[in-house]
Amino acid sequence: MADELVLLDFWPSPFGMRVRIALAEKGIKHEYREEDLRNKSALLLQMNPVHKKIPVLIHNGKPVCESLIQVQYIDEVWHDQAPLLPSDPYQRAIARFWADFVDKKIYELGRKIWTTKGEEQEAGKKEFIECLKLLEGELGDKPYFGGENLGYVDVVLVPFYSWFLAYEKCGNFSIEAECPKLIAWAKRCLQKESVSKSLPDQEKVYGFVLQLKKIFGIE
Amino acid sequence: MAEIHVIISSCDRNVGITTALRRKPVLVNFTSKLEQTMADEDEVKLFGMWASPYSRRVELALKLKGIPYEYVEEDLSSKSCLLLKYNPVHQKIPVLVHYGKPIAESLVILEYIDETWTNNPILPQDPYDRAMARFWAKFIDEKLLMTTRKASVASGKEKEQAIEEITEQLKLLESELQGKEYFSGPSIGYLDIVASVLVFWFGNLQEALGVDMFTKEKFPIIFGWIGKVVEIDAVEVCRIPKEKHLEYIRTRLEAFKSASK
Repeated sequence: MADELVLLDFWPSPFGMRVRIALAEKGIKHEYREEDLRNKSALLLQMNPVHKKIPVLIHNGKPVCESLIQVQYIDEVWHDQAPLLPSDPYQRAIARFWADFVDKKIYELGRKIWTTKGEEQEAGKKEFIECLKLLEGELGDKPYFGGENLGYVDVVLVPFYSWFLAYEKCGNFSIEAECPKLIAWAKRCLQKESVSKSLPDQEKVYGFVLQLKKIFGIE
Repeated sequence: MAEIHVIISSCDRNVGITTALRRKPVLVNFTSKLEQTMADEDEVKLFGMWASPYSRRVELALKLKGIPYEYVEEDLSSKSCLLLKYNPVHQKIPVLVHYGKPIAESLVILEYIDETWTNNPILPQDPYDRAMARFWAKFIDEKLLMTTRKASVASGKEKEQAIEEITEQLKLLESELQGKEYFSGPSIGYLDIVASVLVFWFGNLQEALGVDMFTKEKFPIIFGWIGKVVEIDAVEVCRIPKEKHLEYIRTRLEAFKSASK
């Protein structure tokens, strides 16, 4: 029986991008469905009744929610192609730790940067850069967090690169000036088709953020 | 005769875990007559705190798998140099150290334990069941416990709202338990270990806050599960002493209230 895979997603969502990259890395055929978050589909509400959020991965009618859980699920089911998590338990723990770190910090701090001003924004920018520097430390001299190939942490972090221009314009700062190694890493990832096809253009995301600011009355 | 190697290293808070591991430690050799059992416990060290449900759940997993370990109680008001060395990023407990290699974040630690000591597996084998277990574990940590924290420090309408949210979240957990012996199925597993916060910690917190929403009447299935879980030896060993816990919560709340004035 052929696998039936549907991804309910929203184009600027970094969480959705993680799943797109994972599926593309492993060459997994799936149907992509764009959700209108102001008018969520009955399918989305049925498949993710707890959070009512995207992305939702529906595999043969069964939903998997939460992007880190989805990426691990994809890695475990399609374990033969392009493994994302290492096989050694300690290395897996390190990868999970940093993925958890990205989840806890990057989205919220980025959000702080484009939704606030003044002291609050400055504090957000400072912490954001500190977190990126910690990630640079973890990357070290490796081409990818996963070593020689794209791995779990790369998939989890690189989507935020599509939001960097928006953060920079809203926060009036340069991420590359502070974290050149991380930008070099992101551009290296973008050379892979699985990443370049999954990430929207930075200008498009910036335009979306400006629209959101208008809608929510944020200056 | 066993040798003990003591690693002396400066506490550099800005260094990530794996970078910290790559730094060359200074070894000081001591020799001493030690029993082999003590050497076994040196393999695994857990830096924890008696009142932390995150710390207790790791202990529960270690006990369920029969893994000998050395427990190091941390004073969170004065964190040890070792803790800061082993978890420079978050500087929090629990931290599991296995042959000198640290792992932080309780859910990450649980998966590491399951993958390293493969007896009595705690996570299901099937990838979909694993995804479901991880989903509900995340729900407990990111929704239930976050809202609980909010309710603890809020007052008035905000507190009422938070308590209502908790009630809804507990109802979702109740329906997840429906028709099952344990969250993990016929026997105790990963999700029960994560949910063990409901067994002692949650009820104590409720009592300290003078709230009465987590009751057998409102949540019969969860309380039925609690009744089963406390019969397991390992769980009893991880009980948080009630009176001591109540006092601890009250002291912390007072400190929080005076700090926010």
